[in-house]
Amino acid sequence: MAPSVLTAQRGRYAWDWTDWAAHLYLLAGVVLMFGPIAWLGLSSLKSETGLNLFPPTFLPYEQATVDAGERGKLRLFKVTEGDHQGETLAELRRIGRQAQLIDPAHPETIIRRPGAAREPVMQVRAAVENYSGLFSQFNFLRYFWNSGFITVVATLLTLLVNSMAAFGLSKYRFQGREPVFLLMLATLMIPPTIVLVPNYLIATELGLTNSLWGVIWPAVATPTGVFLLRQYMLTLPDELIEAARMDNASEWRIYWRIILPLSAPALAVLAIFSVMWRWNEFLWPMVVLSRSEVYTLPLALNSFQGELTTQWNYLLAMTVVTLVPITVIFAILQKHITQGIASAGVK
Amino acid sequence: MSGSLSLRRVRKSFGAVDVIRDVSFDIRDGGFTVFVGPSGCGKSTLLRMICGLETVSAGEIAIGGDVVNHVPAARRGLAMVFQSYALYPHMTVFQNMAFGLENIATPKPEIERRVAEAARMLKLDTYLQRKPTALSGGQRQRVAIGRAIVREPRIFLFDEPLSNLDAELRVGMRAELTDLHRRLGTTMVYVTHDQTEAMTMADTIVVLRAGHVEQVGAPLELYNNPCNLFVAGFIGSPRMNFLDGVSVGQGAVEVSGIGRFETLATELPAGGRATIGIRPEHIRLDDTIGGRVSDAGGNRVSDAGGNRVSDAGGNHVSGTVAGVEQLGGLSYLRLASPDVTVQIAGQTGLGYGDAVSVHLPPAAIHVFDADGLAVGRRSP
Repeated sequence: MAPSVLTAQRGRYAWDWTDWAAHLYLLAGVVLMFGPIAWLGLSSLKSETGLNLFPPTFLPYEQATVDAGERGKLRLFKVTEGDHQGETLAELRRIGRQAQLIDPAHPETIIRRPGAAREPVMQVRAAVENYSGLFSQFNFLRYFWNSGFITVVATLLTLLVNSMAAFGLSKYRFQGREPVFLLMLATLMIPPTIVLVPNYLIATELGLTNSLWGVIWPAVATPTGVFLLRQYMLTLPDELIEAARMDNASEWRIYWRIILPLSAPALAVLAIFSVMWRWNEFLWPMVVLSRSEVYTLPLALNSFQGELTTQWNYLLAMTVVTLVPITVIFAILQKHITQGIASAGVK
Repeated sequence: MSGSLSLRRVRKSFGAVDVIRDVSFDIRDGGFTVFVGPSGCGKSTLLRMICGLETVSAGEIAIGGDVVNHVPAARRGLAMVFQSYALYPHMTVFQNMAFGLENIATPKPEIERRVAEAARMLKLDTYLQRKPTALSGGQRQRVAIGRAIVREPRIFLFDEPLSNLDAELRVGMRAELTDLHRRLGTTMVYVTHDQTEAMTMADTIVVLRAGHVEQVGAPLELYNNPCNLFVAGFIGSPRMNFLDGVSVGQGAVEVSGIGRFETLATELPAGGRATIGIRPEHIRLDDTIGGRVSDAGGNRVSDAGGNRVSDAGGNHVSGTVAGVEQLGGLSYLRLASPDVTVQIAGQTGLGYGDAVSVHLPPAAIHVFDADGLAVGRRSP
């Protein structure tokens, strides 16, 4: 499939100029979309010095070192002028403008050279310690667990609560059904920042601050989710529900055994949205969670950015780790998005 | 657990709209009753009221002698086959049939026994693990029926179950349903807009129009003695021919521009409007000889131009052929002025534009008064 897409052309025998234009345009799109991600990924493998190199490099470069026994790891330099021009020497120490160098092959002879007459030897090296450091130096697993817990539990609750509301609003005829639904949709027009303070006050009253449940509960019922599911459920034939009622099914059973399984495509769409919302959510958790042991990943990322220094290498590595689960989930479920949207429209 | 059903002055209104108005009739246990009527006549609503999916605005519905107006659908002991089958698309055939039994906590072996039995009866044994989408229309129909059977209901309700099938399959399913009814002996109530289905399957037909019952009776009773114009026109295909005229006394009806028809009607006051009706198969074609038309006795009744010269007392009408339908075994002639359809046994050589003369035997003529009600007839 992919190769035929890559070589698709308009001109029958040769490449038409429109083919060039189309491919260039698409390539620009690819670079635009994946360039930052690729740069992020590569940068997360750079050491702190690699990150500070100027001009910035794309690949994770680092100064090469050599192991010199009891003298420890020594940085390698290439001498650019004078006696040892062209030779690669290890720097022992630097005193004023003089650098003391040794030849790694003959470590006993100390060579003195002016500091300016040499340049560092660079090599590509992936600084995986950025990642391992996340686990050893920071409470990364804790944050990961917090984020995961919130995402999974909140998504399940969101699906449950929203689908029940959608079922009620789509399959029962009662007075005030439309006003209730419109009222619910109307809340979409209120910016979250406006209700931030009232929400916080309520959360405080309920003792939900500094608890993961304080992040989970307030956003469990979403107008978007109810709308999405309701519109889908409207397309499910009423006769199925009537048949189930004739089959002695209780209303709960109709919901659980008939409506929920048949709404799977719409539920999948909502699940993806919910996972993305929850995983990336920043403002509300920051307000509710102030103790570091209840931090979610976005909050932890934020905490790397100190007032004076920012540990970019860890920050980038953690960003990558944060991105991976959501990308995987999206890749698995993305076909349901199109399916859910398509089947909601047709029929 | 008697499967008798009786409706007493049942009404249903949606807001200001009366959908069912004052419907009363009884259905005996074990009968096969068909509700028939044009679309929008309220037959499906009536069925839904019986099964409990719609509330009753007034009147009583009794099943097996017990008034069930406020009994929820599931507790009425009925099973319904929906027009769209309403099979649960995410369940296999087995699960579809077992769902109702699971809901009333039937023991597993019992569920399996009943489903297996129904599947065998409906020849679905090999499809039990399939999903409904992998079945043909006829098979889905059978699953829907199977789902009803396993519940062992007092009454089966069918809401236009064959309307989604193609013509050939429909004829087959019709026979299967009749067989099923004979084997199970359970009361069945069947809704259709197709009078052929009603005629072929029912032992009692309830003809509905605009929310009220027009006539209740056995198929042939309705066919032979329709009580009003609507039933006369609705039952029978092709439909009965109607000619509007004025009563001129002694059962005779004068149809302006066509002629005067003797009928066996009694109690038809002279001077009132009247409609005569005759079925296509009762009209007899006179012999036609070279454009000249004579009746069986050789009396000339029409001149060469097709104009009527004599028909007094003879109930003869002449007209031109406006269309011919050859079905092989029988043929239909459609005449223009008068606009009547004539059924001829066998095949015919007549074609468009031919002049023909037909005879309307008085004994076969139905007469309806100004209100459209059938007028009593003396026996010939």
